Amino acid sequence: MKKQELLLGDEAVALAALHAGISGAYSYPGTPATEILEYVQSRAKEFNVTASWSANEKVAYEGAIGMSYCGKRALTSMKHVGLNVAADPFVNSGITGVDGGLVLCVADDPGMHSSQNEQDSRYLARFALIPCLEPLNQQEAYDMTREAFDLSERFKTPVMVRIVTRLAHSRAGVVTMEGRAQNALRITEDAAGYILLPSNARIQYDKLAAKQSALEEYAAKSPHNRICLDGDRKLGILCNAMAFNYVREAFPAGIPHPYVKVGCYPTPMGMIRKLVETVDEIVVVEEGYPFLEELLRGVVGVAGKAVHGKLDGRLPRTGELTPAIAARAFGIAMESAFAPTLEKLPGRPPALCPGCPHADSYRALKLAAGDFPKVPIFSDIGCYTLSFYPPYNAVDSCVDMGASIAMAIGAAHAGIHPVMCSIGDSTFGHSGMTGLLTAAYEKLPMTVFILDNGTVAMTGKQDTLLTGDALVNAVIGLGVEPEHVRVLSPLPKNLEENARIIREELAYKGLSVIIPKRDCVQAKR
Amino acid sequence: MKYDIILAGVGGQGILTIAYMLDNAALARGYRIRQAEVHGMAQRGGAVYSHLRFSDREIVSDLIPRGQADMILSVEPLEVQRYLPLLHRDGVVVSSVHPFKNIPDYPDEKAILDALLELPRALLVDAKAIATANKMPRAENMAMLGAALPFLPFELADFDPFIKAQFERKGEHAVLANQAVLAQGFRMGMAVKERLDAGMPADAAYRETHTSL
Repeated sequence: MKKQELLLGDEAVALAALHAGISGAYSYPGTPATEILEYVQSRAKEFNVTASWSANEKVAYEGAIGMSYCGKRALTSMKHVGLNVAADPFVNSGITGVDGGLVLCVADDPGMHSSQNEQDSRYLARFALIPCLEPLNQQEAYDMTREAFDLSERFKTPVMVRIVTRLAHSRAGVVTMEGRAQNALRITEDAAGYILLPSNARIQYDKLAAKQSALEEYAAKSPHNRICLDGDRKLGILCNAMAFNYVREAFPAGIPHPYVKVGCYPTPMGMIRKLVETVDEIVVVEEGYPFLEELLRGVVGVAGKAVHGKLDGRLPRTGELTPAIAARAFGIAMESAFAPTLEKLPGRPPALCPGCPHADSYRALKLAAGDFPKVPIFSDIGCYTLSFYPPYNAVDSCVDMGASIAMAIGAAHAGIHPVMCSIGDSTFGHSGMTGLLTAAYEKLPMTVFILDNGTVAMTGKQDTLLTGDALVNAVIGLGVEPEHVRVLSPLPKNLEENARIIREELAYKGLSVIIPKRDCVQAKR
Repeated sequence: MKYDIILAGVGGQGILTIAYMLDNAALARGYRIRQAEVHGMAQRGGAVYSHLRFSDREIVSDLIPRGQADMILSVEPLEVQRYLPLLHRDGVVVSSVHPFKNIPDYPDEKAILDALLELPRALLVDAKAIATANKMPRAENMAMLGAALPFLPFELADFDPFIKAQFERKGEHAVLANQAVLAQGFRMGMAVKERLDAGMPADAAYRETHTSL
């Protein structure tokens, strides 16, 4: 047997990128994609690559474009909602095209294990008119990421590798291939392609449109798209990568119907057409949104043939697939032998750690806010969002990275006072600074809490780019008056004193920033 | 031959360390493995689980299908309950009796144990007592791994290299102590299993084996 390495799906992507000869990897921490860059970092010296956290996913994606511009290969990785942040460079990198291979690995989170939605990135690949590879296991995660770099250089396009939580955070033995040397430094000869003035952009967009038929041909021939016309033709099955695993679990003796499994996009229309011609009705099983199902149904449906899937309720529209859910779509019941034997089973949600500085910050905040009319506390994404749960019941919003400060701006305009918002140091560096700049320029009466625990805690203690004195200086630099930038030490013994300072700033009819500063208790371990 | 195991516990109890040990031991013995785990939010004191599958044949899905798990191995007695629908009718539950109470509505301890005793095959051990007896109070996970070994195709020595890799940065003492906890967990698991196999009820088997702790 060949030597195997035991790798998470995330790690298989990372190792493949190293073996494919990347010179740099770019990311911002976000579950379930975090371990990709962490793995590259763990072997960065050995492979002589750069791998540091960017301030946000947009910066990460742009770093990868810049490296590609210089002829070298680059990996950028992020969670699905991170790609929303990077959507601008992402879509436009399809228009510019690439020089060195540029691969985006995006990790979707069906079931929202650690996310605010379960959006399906296959739609974004289609939107940007770029190819997407979708692995169904760790070996494919490795093989497809290697292939994605070659594909990227061959068609001069960025390539998306779409994985999901269950693959990202599942381990298996992976057989690896010989590594490839890094590309030589070679600045693009087609700089005009990167200057997206309308006159150039029109030319580039034409080029991108012209690539589509070649990409479709590539996908049609790809071994990742599989058609099998054997079996009982009363029914046909159309599924994407991870869904294929669960369909196979539903039929342990082998899939008894014709099927098409899609793992390489643009969608292989010819294969699907052939399947539809062969069978009487079709069941579509997808991990993610009903992407293939919508294509198949179109506006008028399939004449004379029933299509079943997420859109007619054969499968649940939302949530993560499981073997049992896939089986049920074919009328197969995977029975449980046992139900919980305890009468009432309480949930066990995540919670702030014992001794967490955020707990002391919110206690002081709530104590001070008690003196004022009840107003919402706009908040953000990080461990501190857990202060939503009792006993804190502290935060009233969590929408997207950096939204806290910008939502408070809207509330201040609406006439609420005092307006409060809270955000962590890393989230502030990610997307909070622009909100604060806007508030400072408008001299809005708001109190902004920046909870500085010196790390990106929720995703596992990655480096934060803006903490301590640098954070204070940045806040002042954005235009907040220094006498209204207050740094607190969130400890139980300081509760009354901290509440007093917060009260002062809440009463102030201008912009103030309060920075409770104490290291994450996890970071000390 | 296949083994489908649900690992369960609370974030911080070292569930993923058990997974790491079993993954590597299975790989070293030439099995194919898949092991899905939980990262991110839940690790902050929430319910943490892992689907661990190893087999001499192809493994298709990262998730264990409902009703097919051969074992639930839990470091916490309440957490067993969440995964019972995944257990095969001939499957075994190996659980610690020691509760981890970090929620306000934690049920009555006796009710939890009674619920476990309703199961046809439940092997109960006090992982906390075993870990504490070896002056490693946080090593409940290693005690539970040991207790599960009588049902698995491994030997104690299989884990030596991985215990070393995992704990040697904390010193030779930590390596030896974890090996000792694993071994005592194993002996306890064997003692309870022998009694269960001889037809003794699970609570009696638990009481009879834990008197010396």
